[in-house]
Amino acid sequence: MGKFNKKKGGELPAISTASLPDIVFMLLFFFMVATVMRENTLMIKNNLPYADQVEKLDKKDLVMYIYAGKPSDAYKQYGTEARIQLNDKFAGVEDIAAFIAQERASKREELIPFLTTALKVDQDANMGLIGDIKQELRKVNALKINYTTKKGNVFDKR
Amino acid sequence: MAKRAAPEVNAGSMADIAFLLLIFFLVTTTIETDTGINRKLPPIEDSEEDVIIKQKNIFTVLLNGRDQLLVEDELMELKDIRKAAIEFLDNGGDGTCDYCRGKKDPTSSDNPDKAIISLKNDRETSYKMYISVQNELVAAYNELRNRRAMQMTNGNKNFIEMQADYDNVNWVGNKTKLKEQLDQIKLEYPQKLSEVQ
Repeated sequence: MGKFNKKKGGELPAISTASLPDIVFMLLFFFMVATVMRENTLMIKNNLPYADQVEKLDKKDLVMYIYAGKPSDAYKQYGTEARIQLNDKFAGVEDIAAFIAQERASKREELIPFLTTALKVDQDANMGLIGDIKQELRKVNALKINYTTKKGNVFDKR
Repeated sequence: MAKRAAPEVNAGSMADIAFLLLIFFLVTTTIETDTGINRKLPPIEDSEEDVIIKQKNIFTVLLNGRDQLLVEDELMELKDIRKAAIEFLDNGGDGTCDYCRGKKDPTSSDNPDKAIISLKNDRETSYKMYISVQNELVAAYNELRNRRAMQMTNGNKNFIEMQADYDNVNWVGNKTKLKEQLDQIKLEYPQKLSEVQ
């Protein structure tokens, strides 16, 4: 009975890899969708502090980001004192008013009252700098602020 | 001549291409943090009108340059401040607050509406410590509000869950009633946290 050849004993058939591209594509699509391209290149150390009584910032396009912290290793020539970063460059406290005005100009008029300023400040920064930022924000009437933090327990030693 | 079928494209390298892209996106992905503590700054006012607040209605928190806490003229550890703040806010000294469960100490705050927490920090205070203290003070308010929400909903929901429900578009229930309850809780335990420059 030549028609019914017995399978060769012992050897396992090779696993089909035909569905591998599908699996990889699935992962690929997940990461493509989940990826948020960074708007700003950080020139400072930005190790955010931890807090657990946090609220979520919902409207991403209504947030203005102000970064502050020590210059990172690549920008050592700017010293070791904590500095403010607006957009892609270091800035002084006096530049904040102009930055807010510029951000406001780029948004639709009816959305301006809903703008929130997110302060992304390194946990080792001093409050003096933040006090100055806050004072500057009060001057331009940008009163809604958010201290961006990571979610975690305050008491854990890190 | 018979029509020749188009030759099959070899799809063997598809996986490699997909891997390449995958690795690219894996490397460039940064999960952005978008959570934080919301605060509202006081507007700059020209009027120099002094509001007289009784000393017993103010809960002073001082944070010095070495990250030490002085609460109501006493040194305090960070872990104790939440409890102290709750005791102060929930005191209800003048007896008008029927939902308070505090000690009704006449030397502490009159009622939650009058109680003000005042936070003062030095220029040298670290941001980390400042956020920790802010977090604990917000936690004190949240804890009181949660307790009140539990009473209102007969132990079904706390304040945070109620807020989450209110923001949830898919939530089925009476949103106007929920809003009323939320507003009432916010009125009963108003967040009066002032910062001294």
